[in-house]
Amino acid sequence: MVKRENMDTNSTGSTVSNQMTTGLAVDEKQETGFWHFVKYIGKLLARDRAGTIGLVMFVIVVMSAIFAPWISPHDPMKQNLRYAKKPPAWYQEGTIQYPLGTDNLGRDICSRIIYGSRVSLTVGFFGVLIASSFGIVIGLFSGYKGGRVDNIIMGGVNMILALPYLVFVVFIAAILGSSLLNVILIFGFTDIPIFVRITRGEVIKMRASGFVESAQSIGATSNRIIFSHILPNLIGPIVTIATFEMSAMIFYEAGLGFLGLSVPPSVPSWGNMLAIGRKYLVSYPWIATFPGLAIVFTGLGMNLLGDWLRDVLDPRMRRIKK
Amino acid sequence: MRKILEVKDLVTRFYTFDGVVHALSGVSFDLYKGETLGIVGESGSGKSVTMMSLLHLLPSPPAKIENGQALYYGDADDKPDTNNKPDADNKPIDLLKLNKSGIRKIRGGKIGFIFQDALSALNPVMTIGRQIGETLIEHLGMSVQQAKTRTIEMLEYVGIPEPQRRFSSYPHQFSGGMRQRTMIALAIACNPKIIIADEPTTALDVTVQAQIIELVQRLKKEMNMSVIWITHDLGVVAGMADRVVVMYAGAPVEIAPVDELYYNPGHPYTIKLLGALPKIGEKESLRLESIDGTPPDLLSPPAHCQFAWRCSHVQEKCWKIVPEQKEISSGHYAACLFDFADKTPIPPLM
Repeated sequence: MVKRENMDTNSTGSTVSNQMTTGLAVDEKQETGFWHFVKYIGKLLARDRAGTIGLVMFVIVVMSAIFAPWISPHDPMKQNLRYAKKPPAWYQEGTIQYPLGTDNLGRDICSRIIYGSRVSLTVGFFGVLIASSFGIVIGLFSGYKGGRVDNIIMGGVNMILALPYLVFVVFIAAILGSSLLNVILIFGFTDIPIFVRITRGEVIKMRASGFVESAQSIGATSNRIIFSHILPNLIGPIVTIATFEMSAMIFYEAGLGFLGLSVPPSVPSWGNMLAIGRKYLVSYPWIATFPGLAIVFTGLGMNLLGDWLRDVLDPRMRRIKK
Repeated sequence: MRKILEVKDLVTRFYTFDGVVHALSGVSFDLYKGETLGIVGESGSGKSVTMMSLLHLLPSPPAKIENGQALYYGDADDKPDTNNKPDADNKPIDLLKLNKSGIRKIRGGKIGFIFQDALSALNPVMTIGRQIGETLIEHLGMSVQQAKTRTIEMLEYVGIPEPQRRFSSYPHQFSGGMRQRTMIALAIACNPKIIIADEPTTALDVTVQAQIIELVQRLKKEMNMSVIWITHDLGVVAGMADRVVVMYAGAPVEIAPVDELYYNPGHPYTIKLLGALPKIGEKESLRLESIDGTPPDLLSPPAHCQFAWRCSHVQEKCWKIVPEQKEISSGHYAACLFDFADKTPIPPLM
């Protein structure tokens, strides 16, 4: 029998000797602190290749959005008709000066893609922020209270969901006009029903579970049960749906841009670039191809990252040792 | 001994699509200070519904408490300054009439509840320490640091090794016995006067079961609590309870001190239940007795003895009247028209 030497003193002043380690997961040292956290994330990443790839892709997009002025080779707005419709560098006619070629007005595609990530990420991030914060709160109350409150809220939500989404968005965009703020607000508010539904479903499932009953039996208030017991359990599904919705918003923003209803045409955005490229799809395909690839890249990265986050944020899924 | 809880004629019904389920039809029992009251009965006899009704834990609708009183006399030694006025401080609180915030103070603060399935009763994404500490902060107004110190003490008190480290563990990292110990720590954290244990040992193996029973008995003595122990297991009750309530079809059929119940059962149902227990020393080839039939459907039960269908002593008048609970000897009540108890005194226990 191995017995440790050190004795711990508890608050009552009596001493207890440490028991033998049992070999359970509990016996692993539970360190805290920033460096331990980084090391821990590193360990978790090392086990999940898809998650690592997703994180790297996401970081590339975020970095290019943040450092756009420093890393882009040209001014994205600067037109140079002398170099218009230049193909990418690996074509014979291409120059290394414009690595991904130029569009019909001679603007550098590479720089425009880098700047375009700013619009996409802003729309995706703030859109999801608005949609999820409203959607989660409404869904929590709707699911927890049940009864008439629930019926009324779900009636409204189902009505909004019954509208053809894109037509609805186009309609509002046409009324409000095209600006970045409007696009964010449109996506933010039209996406609330998705979050309401997901949250409500999970809450109803959880309301019947033992720990809610047990929290009630020790005298917790409804607000405490909703926000400190149920909400943390929702992180998995919400993170998954949030990353999914974020990439969906990026797609839709591109779609709106394609229709000319997103940000003004002067602002470089992936949707606007696609819209320009459509006319030249047959003769100068690179004008539309590269922004398209950028959209796919971002969407894929976010979905991989979302899957990984869902696993990591759930304590039951955290197992360092296999 | 002083009464701490008095339940009178509790009637709970469930209003479902199929009709009205008469889950409880007139449950009455007393709980005295410092005693362990065992409640036995088969599934659906209303054991848990009784306790959940007391604490307003049943979802409403469909549940509705139609009638009854649950008087809680607990506050006499909570307020030492009112001790010289015995009438004033012994004024009971009717749990069933309390509003939302009133019952919240009772839950956890005065009456602790231990659930059967500790894994699902603990929040999977909160650490053990936070779950217990939260109750302390809520009920006793402790600071976060105080709550942490006290939580670690509680964990140690219920016999969890290395409580400092376990404080930041999650429920899934615990074994079944440790989870049930954590549940107990959670229930007793605020020094309640009554502990309601709803089949706390059913999901555990026998060794751990014995440890948990021992733990609750020790806590009861040290913290001067009363315990209501709900179980299927007559063996568990025999070992730990002071008095026993046998429930059948939503009403107690017999209430007796534990030795009385086992030596002088006063209701045919109890007699049959005891007959169905395997006995040490019995011939192996003998078949265990069983009770024929099934418990009655509680959707609109007829107004006569609910056990009449299954009773081997059934008479004509059993089909006409609902038998009242009557005292057949001191402290021994049975709800039967006939007197089955053996009048010879109980032989002294060796």
